[in-house]
Amino acid sequence: MSASVLTVRGLCKNFGALAVTQNVDLDIAAGARIGLIGPNGAGKTTLVNLLTGMLTSDRGEIALDGARIERLSPEHRVRRGLVRTHQINTLLMELTARDNVAIAVAERRKFAWRLLRYGPQWRACVEEAQTYLEEIGIAHAGGRRVSLLPYGEQRLLEIAIALSLKPRVMLLDEPGAGIPSTEAHLIHEALERLPSEVSIMLIEHDMDLVFRFAKDIVVLVLGAVLTRDVPARISVDPRVRSVYLGRSVV
Amino acid sequence: MSEIARAPASLSPPSPLWHALPWALALGFFFVGDGYHSLGVNILVMILFTLSLDLALGYAGIITLGHAAFFGLGAYAAGLFNIHVDNDPLLGLAFASLLAAAFGLLTGMLILHTKGETLLMLTLAISEILYEAANHMRWLTRGDDGLDGIRPGPLLGLFRFDLWGKTSFLYVLAVLFVCFVISWRVVRSPFGRSLDGIRQNSRRMRAIGTPVWWRLVAMYALSAGMAGAAGALSAQTARLVGLSVFQLLTSGIVAVMLVLGGERRLYGAFIGATIYVLVQDIAGAINPFYWMFVIGVLLIVIVLFFEGGLMGVIDAARAKLVRKKASGEAK
Repeated sequence: MSASVLTVRGLCKNFGALAVTQNVDLDIAAGARIGLIGPNGAGKTTLVNLLTGMLTSDRGEIALDGARIERLSPEHRVRRGLVRTHQINTLLMELTARDNVAIAVAERRKFAWRLLRYGPQWRACVEEAQTYLEEIGIAHAGGRRVSLLPYGEQRLLEIAIALSLKPRVMLLDEPGAGIPSTEAHLIHEALERLPSEVSIMLIEHDMDLVFRFAKDIVVLVLGAVLTRDVPARISVDPRVRSVYLGRSVV
Repeated sequence: MSEIARAPASLSPPSPLWHALPWALALGFFFVGDGYHSLGVNILVMILFTLSLDLALGYAGIITLGHAAFFGLGAYAAGLFNIHVDNDPLLGLAFASLLAAAFGLLTGMLILHTKGETLLMLTLAISEILYEAANHMRWLTRGDDGLDGIRPGPLLGLFRFDLWGKTSFLYVLAVLFVCFVISWRVVRSPFGRSLDGIRQNSRRMRAIGTPVWWRLVAMYALSAGMAGAAGALSAQTARLVGLSVFQLLTSGIVAVMLVLGGERRLYGAFIGATIYVLVQDIAGAINPFYWMFVIGVLLIVIVLFFEGGLMGVIDAARAKLVRKKASGEAK
């Protein structure tokens, strides 16, 4: 097992009397492919929000590459390489797909404070942006306004933007949400193409997608980690089965 | 409507000819507009003020009803600088702009973590505070008597300000041109694009690591500096500053000009301010109440039926023309 990139110890969060995250310990190794599953209300999105700093934790430690980050603002965590995508699209709908990515590239390359002299820098950002669109398989959509793109391509664009930030760890919050089942394979193919050195945690309701993608699955129930194991053993775990009300998870 | 017409102006590159048009018109006016140069100066000053609001409200989405604070601060700063320090107009202009920008930076840091109604009220409150301060500091501002005795020296030590406003006209036009070029560059810069992103979806921008608050503060300060420059030009050319510069009405008028002309189009400020001042002047000469009515009706029609203001209408017509040309060539 290689060294852990993201380490979480004893993470807790309460909303009033409701404990939405209870003593979560989590290790994400370099290049990991982790699936995070759990029934509705298990606190999956809350956990992502705590990791990325959208919410502040009540207790616990989060370390990225050995440095504590639990008190950093969301944007500082992003700059250190902890990047997420959102369950609901948060794209700049009035701009082209390519500009959406280029703005992120400009931010990463620290060009975003340039006001008057920026021609070559911005062109470099746009060119680099196109490479991420190609990588994720939507190169053809680069010049189109995001509001005119099909929903599936908008979801892929979210991933392309996250990728353009050169993350160490990517948290993908339901990338397949709202996509018709006929297009689900596009998401899967895009995920397969993500660089192998990037650690990825996938939060997803589509069990098919999770079990095909993840090498390791974390089951979250009532804000606590129930178990963590390889997909083959998770699918036969009686506790996991009972959590999902006896339904088969694969 | 077509994709092109709805796109912000930054997406459709206009031809150089199109760019030359407003400046050629302004220069042409300089040669034939005898007797109306003062009116022209008024228009140019308001264009600059509206342009500054477009940066903050249009591009960065900073909801404000307090831009009069910076205009007024610039006006008083330039006036007082002229009376007490030095009568060089450019020095006064620089001083006033920097002071307004610094004030924008400071107040921006205090209020730009809020948005919506809270922000609206805070911007309004800040301009009201300045109004009261100017009203009570009679020893400095002369209160409601207004600050007079502003006598700017010759421009660059060479060109005296004449009674008819010819020097003023070229002076203000030159400053407007510089500010316009800066604005044009800034809204297309990575910086400007990130602010456009913040306006559209600040959550997205946080997710890519943008320091949203600092970005907004920087744009607000830039916009404040430009509004301050407009105020300074107004003081130097009118040679008088009244308390009304700080009034809510001043902030309201500039917002109306921007919406009339069209937000996020830069040239929208040119059209909106020109139409407003002309209607005020022409209709106001016929009947002092009539012009408000004309502006009101115009505003309602524009807001209800034309996305992107008058400039939006022009953009749409241009897009149509381009398509017609393209289909004509295809045949």
